Amino acid sequence: MDLKTEVQGDLLIVRAMDDRIDAAGAIQFKEDMRVICQNPQPRVMLDLSRVAFLDSSGLGAVVAVMKLLGPGRRLELAALTPTVAKVFRLTRMDTVFTIHDSVAFGPQSAV
Amino acid sequence: MTVLPLARKAPSDVTKTATFRVTSTPIGVREALNSVLRHPLMTQLSDDARGTTEVVLAEALNNIVEHAYYGADGWIELRLTWRPRQLHCDVLDTGVPMPNNDLPEGLAQSVGDHKDLPEGGFGWFLIRHLTENLNYRRINACNHLSFQLKTEQ
Repeated sequence: MDLKTEVQGDLLIVRAMDDRIDAAGAIQFKEDMRVICQNPQPRVMLDLSRVAFLDSSGLGAVVAVMKLLGPGRRLELAALTPTVAKVFRLTRMDTVFTIHDSVAFGPQSAV
Repeated sequence: MTVLPLARKAPSDVTKTATFRVTSTPIGVREALNSVLRHPLMTQLSDDARGTTEVVLAEALNNIVEHAYYGADGWIELRLTWRPRQLHCDVLDTGVPMPNNDLPEGLAQSVGDHKDLPEGGFGWFLIRHLTENLNYRRINACNHLSFQLKTEQ
């Protein structure tokens, strides 16, 4: 699972670069996220704009990542593609996560 | 994974079939889904129908990998039949039978307390929610799951 990270103030943005989070990759995704989330930022935003497909194992891994962040930190999701959004909606997990239409960019430095 | 290119014209040209032989591993399932989604008859469906098909087939196949063969070597046969407005799916394996020879209930998971959120158990709920005429039979030491997916509103 290829994950790229970017820190913007109190926000840690994690961009999932692969096109799927499925049963074949869910354990690795969870383990990679566990390491990445050792960064101390209170907010973690997972950019899912490149992820076209997520199955129930992938969904379970995203839930697990939220739980391992603990009560003081939040996992937010951004830019869900249609099939991924459908899985979240049907399982009602869309009510559990804060879901953004796109990754919010912080103030740009003046050029 | 071996893909058998058995797409052929049925007597009626509105019904066509294809058979896929799937290696019972998570990677085998991923490769099979890739082959199914690239099949010429799948590319004619709406993006929504293709997405739903991928979700349902992924859950059905992964369930067999995890529970029927529970990680042991095995093959899964996936037969797809395109009919007007629906895709009929037959999934066969020779793993262990479903508990009580019946399909899991697939109840919706509770999403109440965050620390108790479920990390699994979504699969049969998704299959039941997205399919019609879901049926399971154990015949001659073979599991036979069948269901239909709407391909048009």
